[in-house]
Amino acid sequence: MYIIVAGGGKVGFHLAEELLNANHEVLVIERDPARARAITEELTDAVMSGDSCEATTLDLAGVARADLVAAVTGDDEDNLVICEIARNRGVPRTIARINNPKNELLFKRRGIETTISATQAILGQIEQKLPTHEMIPLLQLHSGLELVEVRLPETAPVAGRSVRDVLLPPESLIALIVDPGGVPRIPSGETRLNAGDVLVVVTRNESMGKLREALIGAIHGLDT
Amino acid sequence: MNVLIMGCGRVGARVATTLDEAGHTVTVMDLNPSSFRRLPPSFKGTQAVGNGMDGPALERAGIKEADAFIALTQGDNRNYFASQLAREVYGVKQVLCRTYDPLRAEIFSGLGLQIFSPTALGASVIVSMLLGDQAAKG
Repeated sequence: MYIIVAGGGKVGFHLAEELLNANHEVLVIERDPARARAITEELTDAVMSGDSCEATTLDLAGVARADLVAAVTGDDEDNLVICEIARNRGVPRTIARINNPKNELLFKRRGIETTISATQAILGQIEQKLPTHEMIPLLQLHSGLELVEVRLPETAPVAGRSVRDVLLPPESLIALIVDPGGVPRIPSGETRLNAGDVLVVVTRNESMGKLREALIGAIHGLDT
Repeated sequence: MNVLIMGCGRVGARVATTLDEAGHTVTVMDLNPSSFRRLPPSFKGTQAVGNGMDGPALERAGIKEADAFIALTQGDNRNYFASQLAREVYGVKQVLCRTYDPLRAEIFSGLGLQIFSPTALGASVIVSMLLGDQAAKG
């Protein structure tokens, strides 16, 4: 079978590995060029850099002769659109990863097969109570203080800056930094913040919005 | 008519204002409360802060009472997703979806929505302004 995997994150990468081992013809399409290069080292010529939501990208990938398209990006709206384009091009079978379990019904109505990863299902449940998953309240401390986990996205305004240069809301403190490799550090003023770092921050309840603004920037996906 | 609009950008605010002035019941949704500054003080409709791709947020904004849904965020995929949610899950009769990418617009238009592509429309207006209506058609 010829299988196109849209999205080269962890899910897409491991899926492609398994499919290649099972002797299928596989092409992973990854939007982020750096990530595409990284997985090319493992998957060699089974990787293409491009945006799967563009019909031209899928056409270049030979979507018309694909037996299956698996849309496994981290965004449900992108996965929906990828499956719709694939079907428009005559692909007989499309499978979408859904990141938010609430979206399952819509995919079902559109006649698209879905799969939820366990991690994402749990995250989705937590997310229902949260604005976005970049900031997760961990613990209410006494006297109006709160412990929060903040994951720095690529677009974080503080990425590349040192802790002393970050303007936090009053009575807020970065208590711990866990780098993408999982190594925890207690930050000093010189410690540099990087995208992908997870910070554990103490802040006041009423400063959550300002903390988000300082560390993550404006909420993504805004309409202007 | 009861109309729910997702996205209070320049176009969303203008559509909302025009429909409101024409006596329709209008609700505008946006993730960012400051977007509502684009609505005039005379606007009598409802402003709802929320994500139009989220079912419960749509319900709070009154999707179940809406006769029409218009998706006007900056993202083609978000607009399509929310539009299908409105149509397939909430049964909204008339759903309009802005799609900038003309290729995507073509694909989406066969799928139960009313699609309009400002890119294609704008291009054809520009060509006809330049060459006259006949040339634009030919």
